[in-house]
Parts: sequence; structure tokens; C-alpha cells
Amino acid sequence: MYDIIVIGGGPAGLSAACSAFENGAKNILIIERDKELGGILNQCVHNGFGLHYFKEELTGPEYAERFVKLLNETSVQVMLDTMVLDISNDKIVSCINTKDGFMQLKAKSIILAMGCRERTRGAIAIPGDRPAGVYTAGSAQKYLNIDGFMVGKRVLILGSGDIGLIMARRMTLEGAKVLACVEVMPYSGGLNRNIVQCLNDFDIPLYLSHTIIDIQGKNRVEKVIVAKVGEDRKPIKGTEMEFECDTVLLSVGLIPENELTKGAGINMDMRTSGAVVYENMETGLEGVFACGNVVHVHDLVDYVTQESARAGAAAADYVLNGEKNGEIITLKNGTGVTYTVPQKIRLTDNMKNAEIFFRVNKVFGLSKINLTSNGEKIASFKREHMAPGEMEHIILPKVLLDKAKNEILVEIDNEV
Amino acid sequence: MKELICIVCPKGCHLKVDENNDYKVTGNSCEKGVDYGKNELINPMRVITSTVKIDGALHKRCPVKTSTSIPKGKMMEIVKELDSITLKSPVNVGDVVIKNVSNTGADIVVTKSM
Amino acid sequence: MFDVAIIGGGVIGCATAYKLSKYNLNVCVLEKENDVAMGATRANSAIIHAGYDPEPDTIMARLNVDGVKQAKELAKILNVAYKNIGSMVLAFSEEERETVKKLYERGNKNGVPGLEILEKDEILKREPNVSENVVCALWAPSASVINPWEYALAFAEVAAVNGTKFIFDFEVKDIKKTDDYYKIISDGKEINAKYIVNAAGVYSDKIHNMVAKPTFNIIASKGQYYLMDKAEGSKANCTLFQCPSSVGKGVLVSPTVHGNLIVGPDATNSDVKDKVNTTGDQLEFVRLTAAKSVPDINYRNSIRNFAGMRANTDRDDFIIEVASEHFIDLAGIKSPGLSAAPAIADEAVMLLEKEGLYLTEKDNYTLNREHIVFKELSNEKKQAVIKENNLYGRVICRCETITEGEIVDAIHSPIPAKTVDGVKRRCNAGMGRCQGGFCGPKVLEIIARELNISPLEILKDKNGSNILANKTKGEK
Repeated sequence: MYDIIVIGGGPAGLSAACSAFENGAKNILIIERDKELGGILNQCVHNGFGLHYFKEELTGPEYAERFVKLLNETSVQVMLDTMVLDISNDKIVSCINTKDGFMQLKAKSIILAMGCRERTRGAIAIPGDRPAGVYTAGSAQKYLNIDGFMVGKRVLILGSGDIGLIMARRMTLEGAKVLACVEVMPYSGGLNRNIVQCLNDFDIPLYLSHTIIDIQGKNRVEKVIVAKVGEDRKPIKGTEMEFECDTVLLSVGLIPENELTKGAGINMDMRTSGAVVYENMETGLEGVFACGNVVHVHDLVDYVTQESARAGAAAADYVLNGEKNGEIITLKNGTGVTYTVPQKIRLTDNMKNAEIFFRVNKVFGLSKINLTSNGEKIASFKREHMAPGEMEHIILPKVLLDKAKNEILVEIDNEV
Repeated sequence: MKELICIVCPKGCHLKVDENNDYKVTGNSCEKGVDYGKNELINPMRVITSTVKIDGALHKRCPVKTSTSIPKGKMMEIVKELDSITLKSPVNVGDVVIKNVSNTGADIVVTKSM
Repeated sequence: MFDVAIIGGGVIGCATAYKLSKYNLNVCVLEKENDVAMGATRANSAIIHAGYDPEPDTIMARLNVDGVKQAKELAKILNVAYKNIGSMVLAFSEEERETVKKLYERGNKNGVPGLEILEKDEILKREPNVSENVVCALWAPSASVINPWEYALAFAEVAAVNGTKFIFDFEVKDIKKTDDYYKIISDGKEINAKYIVNAAGVYSDKIHNMVAKPTFNIIASKGQYYLMDKAEGSKANCTLFQCPSSVGKGVLVSPTVHGNLIVGPDATNSDVKDKVNTTGDQLEFVRLTAAKSVPDINYRNSIRNFAGMRANTDRDDFIIEVASEHFIDLAGIKSPGLSAAPAIADEAVMLLEKEGLYLTEKDNYTLNREHIVFKELSNEKKQAVIKENNLYGRVICRCETITEGEIVDAIHSPIPAKTVDGVKRRCNAGMGRCQGGFCGPKVLEIIARELNISPLEILKDKNGSNILANKTKGEK
């Protein structure tokens, strides 16, 4: 019987395991499907990680290695090259690997840290032929940075998510011609610094409010048709542009990977595509916690680390002291807010505050984040700038939480 | 007059830098924007990250970076220098692969122990 | 010299090869692509139709109903994914009720078992996601869903084990008749055979015309589909048709054999027989039309859209006949061709025998296929197969839980997978919601390792569909 089994050895799982150990849990196991720890960080060879957490600019592998080093100083056990097939609601983890075969491991607590996957061509239903040459940016990144292969020579990028922008620079530096980056929204999905350093530095045009309407090519991509879209995001006839290229990279969003979560019957949130969680990252199933991109997609790994450390500490607390009880407040998203994490706050005696993360649904200038409970104002926070691509974060002290009854509505007021 | 997007923080101010007037910066909302705008025009600097060949490790490529930022104009030249490198496992984070690459004062260093 | 050359490695050609493979014959299958099941067989609704659509006393009606019966047994002995889920033809007006009644009568005449007309309440009880506007429906319990390319592959694999030769990249360019055999000519290659079975799908008119006077024309008709994530799989419990019209069986909504949801097809005639692209307008048509049956399908859960080509002809029925001496046409095999496939193959064997082909059974042959699907095994069985071959202990495709062992099996199967899509068709790796985003690079690596070829040579699908362009700078 393990105290805690952590599923996933990427940044979320590493941080959660370290934190659980620091907080007194003893018998901890990380199950990782890959042959090494670090998850997707291993292929993110670019820099920009750790500015918040380590106060320095690290590459993905460096960031991962810092945590692997920390982990090596603990007694946390690691099972690599092992795939979890199923979690039962009495916390039995079924998994397989080539060495031990099929295993069923029992734990007092489970931390879900499986991360997310990329949205594909199918998810956004791009019409056209089905030739080779259409890849998610992350697949192309793996081929390039881990295996040493280029997927193409003339590249068009759909979506201005950070992975796509990073790949525009990487492929250019490796000798490919990146023709353009096409984004369906009127604003970029990636960080401004990446637009500047990855597109502008190499004179790669960014077409906002544009999308791919046709991919042509018998066996390999030959041509892509791009058109401007209206406010309804539908293509406008007569605005078509042709790009002769052999490759299309997709950077059109990430989706939490929750097959195991759903299999265990854990309550999900349609808005985040992750589990519904309390302020301590516990899911609706007692003793099962979730953290990182499996809960909601984060912009920065630093935030994943922080959130996962909270989950790890809470799992240790659960193992040592049992389940928390307290009045439950449900967080609701009002005008301008896409989702909140946590979705629920459990008021316990010794809690100091609750951290709330959320995303807005459009770009806001100077505005206020208003929190109300049944029409009564609880708190208000000012922001100069908010955008859907940037996760917002507020901390609610217990004294303010105590003013709420049953629910808190989070909404944006831009009439400041 | 040059227009830039400031990359110091996520806000992304639209800067205007007047190269004919001592690189006067407007459109910024903080002092950091002034420095960024000026440097970006006079001597833009970047950190390069890439990979080099490695034998005997779990993967075929070992990630590397420049130890400090280097002039933007030298990016292509530096990336080319990496082509001739083949590392042998084991390597550790921080190991120097090329010293003073392209005379920039920066080293190429390993970013993953393999 | 081959006794029989089958032209076309779709489900019809493969089923014919399967049925012929128990006889003492030297048989080959000539396929222009690099794998079997590369045409209509891999892009269709994947339905075994009950058999109420064809007009009574047609070849189509007879072979459809027979094919349904055979499919059930074949799926079992060939280990092909198959589910008997039944189907409904939904009527949304009193006018359409008349159509349903007509289909009911027709079905009974055709010998379709268990047909019933269901009323609104019963329909909504069984199918809570069907539109409130439904009036009545024809329930056909014998309708099923199947994995169509696996069906073809299974036929082909067993035929190959029994000695049938599969020749790929062999596009038939001409056929010449000599005194007692046919010379079948491709680019720089030639094969001789005493008998020919023409199962060339949308190109069967072209092949026919190489040996006989034109008697039919293929009118290629493209159908476009959405394939949805398993999250949408429960939006329908059985296959939901709308009332057929002059253009075909219309847009259906159906669970697939793997638990996904399939929505489509439309029907548009196409001048280019192999241009199976999808288009924004027609995909929208599919969505709008499907909404009539099931209003709340969430297309954000789409994982793929695709198109297939129907081999319609200017004749109403299947064309299963002797076109010339020792030359059999299996042409115009539009829907319900997949359903009728094994029955069509029996028909072909019978016609060959009539033409003088002498059939004696081999001493040794098999009609069964073993196929390990790891995720469907019991826990004990899982442990056992990993012990025997530890590659079953490494999951490569996370979405579908496909192990390295299954991928290696596919690469070394009797009809070996040589491409990433070939692996996908054999063991489902890359079929799931990430569409090979994670496992694609790993599958490529395994193919390269097992076949001992450079990753640069590995294809996604057809020849020319290379996945990688070149090695990273600095690599030789």
C-alpha cells in the first residue's frame, strides 16, 4: 500500500511528489509512461521557463532537471516506461510495463498529473485532402528536438499558440522557410515576446482573423488556401490567399487528458475539460487530487509547479490527517469569465486563504474583477490589462470567504 | 520612427522609438519599456537555443543554448557552428560545448544531462 | 502463371481471395496502392445494412441479406470488430411514414428478419437524443456496425496464409488476351492469369473495357463524414438513418464499432475518381442534415473528417456477371456492398466455376484469424501475454491503449503494414482523439526498426506521402 501514487512524471507530477514528501508523506510512487522524467519539458529546448519560480530564464530540460535533482534527494520511488490503464474509485491503480507486466497497486491517495494533448486537424475540422505534411506543432517539435528530423521545408503555421510560434523560429533556424502564421482570432494566442522573437525577428507575417479553408495535395501537402474570417469566424469569400508549402503545423490549443479521471467516475467541468476541484486541488473523489494541465491548461510551467505543490501538500495532509470537512462555496463564472479553478471552495477552520485562477473571454483594458455572493459584494480587484491567453490569479483571504454564502460569482466590469 | 511591441512583460505596449531623436521612446507605460525600446534598435540581443548531435544517449539530440544573449544578427552564424559538433554521453547541464562562440563572449552550453 | 488474378484489393477483392483460398489454385490479388483496403473500403459508413433498401428480386437484395448472415459468423472466426446494434430509419412526417411502411414491406419480401415499426415514445425511450419531431421508425435488429478495413484485411491475411499472393503497386494499364490466358500489364511489370476477377471499384469500368465492349459506366459519388470522439459515442445507440431519397440513403448518425460516433455522408458526383477531399460547404450540409435526426451533436468533439467514393453506375443493380470468357465483373458495388461482400465473393466463385475453373479443396487451409487486442484481454490474460512477449507491456498509443506488441504484430502480419496508416488500420494505433499526435513518431520509429529502413523512407499512407523531409542540420 502506497501513501500516494502520482500519475505522471512531468512538471506537475514532479512538483506534487516533492511537495508531498516535504509535507510528511512517506511511501510515494511516481508512475511515468515515458522512459525519462520531465514530460513535455524534454522537447521544449527553448528558454523562458522558470522566470517566476526560479527567478531566472531556463530551458525546458533545465527546468525539469532542477526538479529531478530535488526528487533524487527524497525517497520518492519512480516507475518509468509504465502506463496506467485504469484507476478504480477505491484507489487501485492498474498499470503495465515490460518488466513487471500487469500490476494493481493500491494507494491511500492519488495525484492525477497526466498533462494535456494538442488539438488536431480533426478537432477544428479543416477541410481538404488528407496528405502527409500536417502535424501538430508538438509532434514536429519532438521529431526535431528529440529525434533529429525536420518534417518539412516550406511551412505554414495555423494558430498562434506558443508552441507554434516557438516552432516557427526553430524550423527557420534549422533551414526551413516559414511562410506565415495564421490565427483565426483577432488577437494572438501566444505571448507577445514570442511574436517578437519568433515571428518578427525572421520577418514571418502573422495574419490575424484568418484561417485555413483548404489543404491540397495528393500525397504530401502541396498548397494551402487561407482566407480572412468575419466576426462570426466564418471565411469571407474573395479574401483567399494561396500558399505553396509542404507542411502545415497546427498550434490550435491544448486539451487536458482525462481518460483515467473519467474512467474513475470523477466529476468533470465542461469549461476546463478537467476535473472539478476544491481549493486544495482535491477532486470530487475523496483522496484523489489533480494538478497541472490535466486540470486546466496553464500558460507558464511556473504556475503548474505552484499549483502542483499545493496538490502535493494537500495529498500529504489527507494521508496524515484524513478528509477535510467544511461548508462548500461554489464559484460561478459571470460576464467576461470563461472558467475558474477551483470550482469549489471548502471552508475549513485552519485555512488562511484560497487562490483562484481564471481566464477572461476577450481582451480587457482597465477593468475590475468583481466577486459577489448572492448579489452582495465580497471583493474587487483592479487590472490594467487582461487577455484570454493570460491566466488571471487572485487570492481571497479567509475573512472575505466567510462573507460568502453558498456561492461566489466572478465577473469582469470594464466600465471603470 | 520605428514601432515595436515591448516584450518585457505580458502587457505588450506598442512602443514608438525615434531613431532621429536620441532613440526617444513613447507609448511605454513603465521605465523598462524605455530601455527595451532603445536597445532593441541599437543592438538587439537574443539567447539562442538549439540541439547538437549526441552519441550513446537515450536520444539522438542534446539541447544546448548560448550562456548569455548574443547580437541578433549573429544568430544564423552561430547556429551553423553547431552543425559540426558531436557530443558523447555522458554530458551534464552547463558543460561548455563551444567557448566564446563566434567571438560573442557567450559559450554554447549543454542544457540537459544525458 | 496464375489460375486467377483478382484486380483490386478492396473488401470485394479480398473476400473473393478468401473464398478462393481453400481451393487448389494459384491466385493473386493485384492492387495499385501499397496496401489493401485503400479505396471505398476504408472510407464508408461501416454499416452492415439489414437489407430492406434493395428492390426485391434484385441481386443486391439477395446478396445483402445473405451477406448480413455471413458477416456475423465471419466476424467471429476472423476476429474482426463487429457489433450487432440494429438500425432505425426515422420518419419525421406522415409522408415519410409511408416510406417507412414501404421499406418494412420490402424488407419482409427480401427476408430481413425481425423488422418492426416503432412509434415515437418507443423510439425516444431507446434513443433519447433523437429529435422530438420523429414520428415513427423502421427497426431492423439485424443491422450491425463493423470495422470495414479490418474486415478486408482479415480476408486478405487468411488468404495470404493459405497461399494467395498479394502484389502491390501494380496498377493494371492493359490486359491482352492470348489463346488460353490473359496478359495483365502494369508499368514495366506483367502477370499472366487464366481467369480474371474485376473488383476494381470505381475503376471497374476501365478494367472491363480492356477486355470487353462497354456495358456500364461508373459514376463516382463522393460522400463526406465526420468522425467524433468517444465522448459523443452515446448520442446514438443504434444506427439512425433518415428516409432514403433519390440521392441515396441520406445522412446517418451511428455509433461505430469502436464506440465513436460517425455522421454522414452527403452525396456529390465527382469527375475525379480518387479526389477524396472534404469541403467546408458539404461538411456544413452534413451537420445541418444530421441535426434533423440528432439535434445536439457537439462538433467540438470531432476528431476527423473524411470522404469516400461510391462506385455508382448507370445500372440499378450490382453488376456481377461474366463480361468475357474467363473474365468476371464484380462492378458497381455501391452500398450495400460492404454488407454483401462475402456473398458477392461466393457469387464470383460460382461464376468462375461455371466458366470452367476446376475447384478442389486443399488438404490444409484455415478460415480463421487470431488477433490480439490487448485492451480487451482480462487482467490475467494481459499478464500472460506480457510474460510471453514483453512488448505487450509498453503502451504506444495512449488514446486507444495499443501496445508495442500489437504494432510489431501488424508490421509482421501476413499482409505486413509498411506505413503509419497501415499500422493504424491493423491495430488502431493513432485512431483516437489525438490522431497520432503522440504515437505517430513512436510508430514511425518502430516501423523503421522492424523493417530496418531509414525513418526518412517511412510513409504516412500512399507512395509519396513521406512523413519526414530531412535530417536535422548537422546530421548525415
